[in-house]
Amino acid sequence: MEQQFDTSKLGMWLFIVTEILLFGGLFVGFGLMQHQYPREFIEAHEHLKQVIGGQLFPLYGSVNTIVLLISSWTMVMGVNAAQTSQQKKTVRYLVLTILLACVFLVIKYVEYSHKFHDGLLPGIFYAHQNEDLIKGTHGYATFFAFYFMMTGLHGIHVIVGIVLLSWLAVRANRGDFNKEYYTPVDLVGLYWHVVDMIWIYLFPLYYLIS
Amino acid sequence: MSTHTDSHSHGGPKIYTANLFALLFLTVLTIAAASFNFGSANVVIALAIASVKATLVALFFMHLVWDKPVNAIIAIAGFLFLGIFLMFDFLDVTSRVNFLPRNMPNMENATPAPDSMNPLKTAPPRPLEPAPAAPEEHK
Repeated sequence: MEQQFDTSKLGMWLFIVTEILLFGGLFVGFGLMQHQYPREFIEAHEHLKQVIGGQLFPLYGSVNTIVLLISSWTMVMGVNAAQTSQQKKTVRYLVLTILLACVFLVIKYVEYSHKFHDGLLPGIFYAHQNEDLIKGTHGYATFFAFYFMMTGLHGIHVIVGIVLLSWLAVRANRGDFNKEYYTPVDLVGLYWHVVDMIWIYLFPLYYLIS
Repeated sequence: MSTHTDSHSHGGPKIYTANLFALLFLTVLTIAAASFNFGSANVVIALAIASVKATLVALFFMHLVWDKPVNAIIAIAGFLFLGIFLMFDFLDVTSRVNFLPRNMPNMENATPAPDSMNPLKTAPPRPLEPAPAAPEEHK
């Protein structure tokens, strides 16, 4: 059992490396394009902020960062409860994690709807009409192509995480996990922390760069 | 293995909660830092704080501190190769020079190339062909 656990974990870490490289490629692309269109990227990123008390503030992005950090904590608490054979606690923390993931997606949905409404869309779909953006450049469309690609891919990871966590919650409720066997909880926990970690980098690059 | 039960019961709610508060504090810090203008250092500060946060997540939430070292080695290898990737792209982007009319060196007093090196005078002009779509100039 010990060896099986270690092997599964090793496999999970290898998968995590592929995830790091997948998003890493996108981050490198984002960096190159920011170098290409520095002015447009800075202007476009202002559209990710909201006006709070007369000042631009990345409200959605900040709240989502906090939501995901707390969900990482509930996840690790769930893993800890499974490790110590506390069945009810495990289920409770897993459900809490799912709820926080849903909150994240709802905020993301609100954010995306605003972008859709304003025509801030990727690539050829870009249709923003305001005069504050200079014309005749692909910079804004490129920025939103990266924005939707990266946050969208991250969002898909969150949805996958919700599915996995629901499966875990059902199994934990059935009493499948105890201190002798909790491999799935541990591995999904690792996955969930990677999702959090990716957001930790997405947040400053998209919402804070000025 | 005799250390079986020990090796998995490290960590614990107290450390996790402390880690969460550290992460929340760093989030507030990075938002606060972004509201000041440090010039190009803003990006460096934001990425440095993000890296500290990612390290905290990896060490404590992902148990790397207490794990067998092989997992940490794999994770570090992943970031290492990402670093190589980033570094070479950075070198490429920062070392490019696009010669445009405004930054061309002054050619007025330069010695003209001999006719033998001038393709217009040595080879007959090529027939016109439809020009391929020119890549856009961004500078």
